[in-house]
Amino acid sequence: MNTMNKITHHLSDQLLIGYSAGSLPEAFNLVVATHLSMCDECRAAAQSFDSIGGALLQAQPTENLGDAALAKTMALIAKGPKAAASKPVGSDVPDPLSAYIGGGLNDVKWRPIGLGVRQAVLKTSHAATARLLYIPSGAAVPDHGHRGTELTLVLQGAFRDETARFAAGDVEVADEDLHHKPVAEIGHDCICLAATDAPLRFSAWIPRVAQSLFRL
Amino acid sequence: MATLWHKAHLFDPSRASVSTWIFTIARNKNIDALRKQRRPEPEELTWGPEAEPEASDVLVMQQESDQLSQAMKALPGQQRELIEKAYFGDLSHGQIAAETGLPLGTIKSRLRLALTKLRQTMK
Repeated sequence: MNTMNKITHHLSDQLLIGYSAGSLPEAFNLVVATHLSMCDECRAAAQSFDSIGGALLQAQPTENLGDAALAKTMALIAKGPKAAASKPVGSDVPDPLSAYIGGGLNDVKWRPIGLGVRQAVLKTSHAATARLLYIPSGAAVPDHGHRGTELTLVLQGAFRDETARFAAGDVEVADEDLHHKPVAEIGHDCICLAATDAPLRFSAWIPRVAQSLFRL
Repeated sequence: MATLWHKAHLFDPSRASVSTWIFTIARNKNIDALRKQRRPEPEELTWGPEAEPEASDVLVMQQESDQLSQAMKALPGQQRELIEKAYFGDLSHGQIAAETGLPLGTIKSRLRLALTKLRQTMK
């Protein structure tokens, strides 16, 4: 699934190494895999990092296996392969994401979180949280900072914050230093896949809670 | 090892070296076993009808892979160690900082330096 517009905001080397090494939480892996499905440049970079992993593996000293290892392996081989997971059917989102939604964007069960913004939390391991965000054209996600890392990948539409403009395929990597207020561009509603490894810090939580309670 | 055997028909030597391929399978096994979480993989690219890999592509891949191994060996000890930690230590940069006593900024710049060196060697 390649997007038509040029992707200008990519994943960091740190995240690509983490994805290659397998040390990221599942929610981050989901954002990375979805971005790689949309971005050939990062896909190529990810493959290079896998190659570095391969070279490191090759350089490791060899270990002597126990006497039973060969017999055990032959027994496992004889048992046959595990059944492969079924491939998701065509969808308006990349395959890795589609597998978590259980279909396309029409199948998402949105919940309002105030100011017209809606979200749907996806089921991953608890180390980090993945959610889909629906920001109506012109609406804003309340001003917030971050305790950990937040990855935001645009699937549809575009948003702007204090740093730049992010369109389909772009990913914003936010950390403790960034305090921002993403606003969806006029014209199209913006749908994002976001992952956080710590709760967000809203600057003004009282108005936000009031707004969501009273639908102001 | 059994997984490698069962997946052997999927290995395409024009797209990855043997060591890279084994690395990715070992990594996924490790995630399955230790973390009990799913591993989302990028969408498969559609390459058209599967052709037998070209011998010349396979050769280029082998050469690049050897070149990469050489480049890794040539890295200064500290840089190499950081790359190893990032891959096998299963550590985030913050955790590496705690373990080595190096400030986070130093770790990031050394890792960046190491990657830049590798990229230059591979050009």
